Amino acid sequence: MFPESPLLAIDGLVKRFGGFRALDGLSFYLREGEILGVVGPNGSGKTTCINVISGLHAPDGGSVTFAGRAIGGLKSHQLVRLGINRTFQVPRPFMSLTVRENVAVAEAYGGKPQERVDIGALLASLELAPLAGRRAEELNSAQQKMLDLARALATSPRLVLIDELAAGLNPAELERVAARLKEIARSGVALLVVEHLMGFIQEITDRVIVLNAGKEIFEGVMDDAIRDKRVVEVFLGAEDEG
Amino acid sequence: MPRLLRHALFILVPLIAALAIAPAVYGNHLLLFNLIVFMTLAQGINIVYGFTGYLPFGYVGFFGAGAYGFSLAVMHLHASPFAALALGALAALLLGLGLTPLFRLSGAYFAIASLAAALAVLQIVSNPALEHITNGPYGVSLSGVFDPSLAYAVALAILAGTVLLVIWLRNARFGLALQAIREDAISAGMAGINVVRGRVIAWLLAALIAGLTGGVYAWYISVFYPETVFSGEVTVFAIVFALFGGTATILGPILGVAILYGIYNAIGISTPQYFQLVYGLLIMGLVLFLPNGLVSLLRRRGVDVP
Repeated sequence: MFPESPLLAIDGLVKRFGGFRALDGLSFYLREGEILGVVGPNGSGKTTCINVISGLHAPDGGSVTFAGRAIGGLKSHQLVRLGINRTFQVPRPFMSLTVRENVAVAEAYGGKPQERVDIGALLASLELAPLAGRRAEELNSAQQKMLDLARALATSPRLVLIDELAAGLNPAELERVAARLKEIARSGVALLVVEHLMGFIQEITDRVIVLNAGKEIFEGVMDDAIRDKRVVEVFLGAEDEG
Repeated sequence: MPRLLRHALFILVPLIAALAIAPAVYGNHLLLFNLIVFMTLAQGINIVYGFTGYLPFGYVGFFGAGAYGFSLAVMHLHASPFAALALGALAALLLGLGLTPLFRLSGAYFAIASLAAALAVLQIVSNPALEHITNGPYGVSLSGVFDPSLAYAVALAILAGTVLLVIWLRNARFGLALQAIREDAISAGMAGINVVRGRVIAWLLAALIAGLTGGVYAWYISVFYPETVFSGEVTVFAIVFALFGGTATILGPILGVAILYGIYNAIGISTPQYFQLVYGLLIMGLVLFLPNGLVSLLRRRGVDVP
């Protein structure tokens, strides 16, 4: 089922919260430089999946393999140094630090010594350069999301997990973010994108998986997903057959 | 000139020079010594609270551990004051290591648990059953090593080292990492920072500072009861002084101690009956109008306070 040596391979992943199985045997893979969309109704396990891969939650079963190495249960800072990073649905910058400091501390601690990141250029590429000296708490929500992304990119990641970056952006901003994400992927970084905006997902992803109740119910291109009977059912509810 | 050097030259050097000359021009030696003690403790609070966000109400536990470590070394091992200081610092460090599981708690829970830990240590050292070791509730007397001038100089050196450490934290990437942990521990992990290690290092540095200060305090006053060096007042003063000036800065705690401890002594000598009233009002005013300390007055005007 998996291609040979994918960058990220998730196999039979289980995460329980009390009696609730947020992830219930989830399996999928991601190649280098690929943009994978993850969609599904609320509570289907999208964010939990990101939280497990980024080390916030330890998995209760199954395996997570990154670049050939089992990484289930490693701490966030260890995963960051291996090349995994993420953004947050509700952005979480270091509020009282400046934009530049937010990124510089990530570059210093999470970056690779052999590939220094040009912080000025990174901020400019995400339209944050004019705000470099401002404290993160002065930024609006969309700018804070970009700062989350800048902090992730400052660590020279090979995989970035993106949790609802597009929500709340206006159409012009959406277009620029989409272009930027494609550019990042072209440089070889794999992106896992959780998103509710289907148009955005359709534009940027190579492939999508659809989750429901902690399991994958579809894998393929977005155009096929919206015609898939099971996918339509979980999003719109099963048709009344009575 | 690099910022670190500038801060050392324009903050540390004048401060230490002023406190070194002060005994020659001002007669109340004990007051000056206590000023140094509180400046050091307020900077210790600054490191653990200002830079990592943990408020240790039981900070005095390290001070007491240092004082008793010093005293036991002098009484039982007949150690020299400097060797005894090292043992006092070691006692505080060991206590700090023993308390690291408290980091599982946060906010008020951490504050209260650390207070309980300090009280537990007080109960142990003042236990009459341990009279042959700690002299129990009867306190200790170290008249053999009494040397207030030397103790004053050593306390000043400890303050200098502590302020230098804070200057370094304010300018080094490790200080930035600690502030990132304070702001958001989960995000700090995603910035590649080892959150547990950062917290423990800051905690142990603060414990070491309080332990050394407690040791030199025991040396200076040389006769004291357990309640003296485990007094909750010591923590409360250090915290209020640090907060009044402004944490996560170099100058904040220094200004806080200079102003509040100055007022404390002025009222305490002139009109002691109004002391608690005036002090209470000051603290309420601080919480209501200047929650980020005096330095925030300048910050709001765009001044970068070191």
